[in-house]
Amino acid sequence: MRTIEAGAITDAVEKTFMEITHLLGDDLVAALEKAHREEESPLGKEILSHLLQNVKIGREEKMPVCQDTGTSVVFVEMGQEVQVVGGGLFEAINQGVGQAYTKGYLRASIVRDPILRGSTGDNTPPVVHVEVAPGNQFKITMMAKGSGCENMSRFSMLTPAQGRKGIIDFVVDTVRRGGGRPCPPLIVGVGLGGTFDQAAWIAKKSLFRRVGAHHSEPHIRELEEELLEKVNNLGMGPQAWGGRITALSVHVEKYPTHIASLPVAVNIECHSHRVRTVAL
Amino acid sequence: MPEFVRIRAPMDEAAVLSLRAGQKVLISGVLYSGRDATHKRMIELIQKGEPLPFDLKGQIIYYLGPTPARPGQVIGSAGPTTSSRMDPYMLPLYEKGLKGTIGKGNRSQEVIDLIKKYKAVHFSNIGGAAALIAKSIKKCDMIAFKDLGTEAIYRLEVEDFYCIVAYDSEGNDLYKEAMARYGR
Ligand code: SF4
Repeated sequence: MRTIEAGAITDAVEKTFMEITHLLGDDLVAALEKAHREEESPLGKEILSHLLQNVKIGREEKMPVCQDTGTSVVFVEMGQEVQVVGGGLFEAINQGVGQAYTKGYLRASIVRDPILRGSTGDNTPPVVHVEVAPGNQFKITMMAKGSGCENMSRFSMLTPAQGRKGIIDFVVDTVRRGGGRPCPPLIVGVGLGGTFDQAAWIAKKSLFRRVGAHHSEPHIRELEEELLEKVNNLGMGPQAWGGRITALSVHVEKYPTHIASLPVAVNIECHSHRVRTVAL
Repeated sequence: MPEFVRIRAPMDEAAVLSLRAGQKVLISGVLYSGRDATHKRMIELIQKGEPLPFDLKGQIIYYLGPTPARPGQVIGSAGPTTSSRMDPYMLPLYEKGLKGTIGKGNRSQEVIDLIKKYKAVHFSNIGGAAALIAKSIKKCDMIAFKDLGTEAIYRLEVEDFYCIVAYDSEGNDLYKEAMARYGR
């Protein structure tokens, strides 16, 4: 049995949220640079150059790239030979989030109750998912998930007869309805199959993939490529002020499903794409 | 046509009427921040017949909830939030003389009609460019609703604050025109 101190988890969570909110991943930056080269609309190009300047200021001055420093989403892949000692797993993560948002001058965006509202003051609690993995690995993926884009996510129970075409129509329509609200250029995460809950979760998980990386199965990869082309043909472009690059990439994940079902979840992510995986 | 139109905030009527959807604008002067909880509370004050923390006449509200300022900073990161969430609150604010709003994304047809009726204007700025946008904010004072934290009202002095006219006083719509032009 491998043991991991709860304190080490807290430290990793604190450090990671403090960093990812101002330091974007090289995959995202490369995607923005490519978009800047390829965008046809002069205004769209100008927006992308502002976003690249913004990324630079974030990196150099350690300023959050976006004022919405998000809901803290934490995904733990925990080997079955690992034991957390010196405190509870959830409490360790929760504390790391609270410390990061307080010490890092990040925005406390979480309210205590969806109806009564009222800030919790330090962005806790995070949304935590844990999966059991083989061996003694311990990996934590952390995402600061903006809500302007999260709010534009949608779910539908399609019928098997609607099939691939139904999926494409639903995804493209979701992006069209979002318009400028989720801050395009976007990363579009799609979850197909499973149940109501599973489709939404794998849509979120698809966003943990490197920006622009494709699914390993050819028919899903082709679907991702076709979706990206169709989404960009909407003509919304950066900020929906007109242009060719509405999305930087589309990621699709799938899961076996019931004979009667075709669940489709679309999780919309913005260009302030703050995600990192850390192994302890 | 010059690349940017320069305007002062608060705005006079002539300035508002001259603006056209799609024009790039640099705003200098004073903006007030406000987002979801801020609007809810302002509307409650209006309904109770109580005074608002600032006179809305000719003013621009910026849909903003910034990150906390670090020591030595004027303000933290300060990009726009989604405009359409404020749609249900707009009528009483226009009735009190509000002339402009700044946020990201399209608004409802109802608000576009109100903008036309009350001869107002709605600007969009770049969602997610928050560290860059903060550079054009030169002064920031919390003036009301301190308990709302990031949703308090901040009086912001801005210089060359970059925006685009999204909806003008004649009902023109940047978003609709943009999609028609680049869609395939
Ligand atoms: S959608 Fe993304 S870029 Fe836009 S305000 Fe929210 S977190 Fe920032």
